[in-house]
Amino acid sequence: MKSTLFNMVAVLFTVTLIASAGVGAVNMITADAIAAANAAATTEAVANVLPEFENTEISEQTIDDMPIVVYTATKGDETVGYAVESMTKNGFGGAIRMMVGFAPDGKILNVNVLQQAETPGLGTKMADEDNALLRSIKDKKAWEIEFKVKKDGGELDALTAATISSRAYYDAVARAYEAYKVACGYADKADGVSGATATNNEGQKTQEGGQNE
Amino acid sequence: MNKMQIVLNGILKNNPTFVLVLGMCPTLGTTTSAINGLGMGVATMAVLIMSNLVISLIKNFIPDKVRIPAFIVVIASFVTIIQMLMQAYVPSLYASLGVFIPLIVVNCIILGRAEAFASKNGAVDSILDGIGIGLGFTIALTLIGAVREILGSGAIFGFSLGIADYMPLVFVLAPGAFFVLGYMMVLFNKLAKK
Repeated sequence: MKSTLFNMVAVLFTVTLIASAGVGAVNMITADAIAAANAAATTEAVANVLPEFENTEISEQTIDDMPIVVYTATKGDETVGYAVESMTKNGFGGAIRMMVGFAPDGKILNVNVLQQAETPGLGTKMADEDNALLRSIKDKKAWEIEFKVKKDGGELDALTAATISSRAYYDAVARAYEAYKVACGYADKADGVSGATATNNEGQKTQEGGQNE
Repeated sequence: MNKMQIVLNGILKNNPTFVLVLGMCPTLGTTTSAINGLGMGVATMAVLIMSNLVISLIKNFIPDKVRIPAFIVVIASFVTIIQMLMQAYVPSLYASLGVFIPLIVVNCIILGRAEAFASKNGAVDSILDGIGIGLGFTIALTLIGAVREILGSGAIFGFSLGIADYMPLVFVLAPGAFFVLGYMMVLFNKLAKK
């Protein structure tokens, strides 16, 4: 078809109008399903790192300019744990997001990597169910851990040939611990509060602006 | 041209990966495992069939000078729709293909077929061409993904073969993609010539 200014403008306008209407319609159809899929993924991730619970209360924090979400899980009136959705930007392949489960006494229950783009076969092992990184912090008390790999003078194992990924992993876990401390009211108290049962009954409001450093 | 011939052409004589060598970015990027290759191939095929159909229907109304922007708008809309559908109904596949889904928009195969085939042929032939080229792309990506997965991580479609520790990891990394693609291209063309 021969091009004139009028038909070019008219055709492009019509094409974009129909296209955006189509995309908009599909968006309306899928928006609920996408939200449901995301919510299901989050619920599953929380359930994966915590013991059995009934309800969760969500609070958001910003640490080092990164959004951290804390899910406080309760059963009856009792707090059974905190699932912290943490992240780091220091991964070998960009951002890493993970869910870290803490018991009310500060023990690390489990870590579930939600998103990573590390080197396949090396750094991606961090997402495996039983890996060197998880083994070296699982069931340990978070305040006793220095989040450093052995290469940096710490005590924690790193993945073979994936030191940068390992550092990033512990960086995200350490950030989760910071958020956990704020969420359960440890922040003001001295580190090394032992096996506390009495410390988790209050202060679970959103504490925005609690930037560290 | 006979209808069956159009489909077969897309798989063999005009195979987008091994013969036309188009769409190399998603080919090299997503084929770390057989399932990722298959997912990428099917998503691309879906976009290709839909865009070929629409472009063959509207080709007579599009002024020549603005045909490329018009085609790209059509393709981009279908990619966005596929992306939202995948995110809603197969979130795990969506998570593993990640950034490569939006990149289907700039996959040369799709604009290439719009230009070379759909803008010159009728709706039925264009759908068949989309199916043929799409299948050719899917088969190629799945094969490359399977070979890389077996050689690199000792598994196939996620099932471990129990030989992971003896396999050279390089095949799941970027250099391995080039090795496998190159050798498979040689093999394919040798066999296809017969």
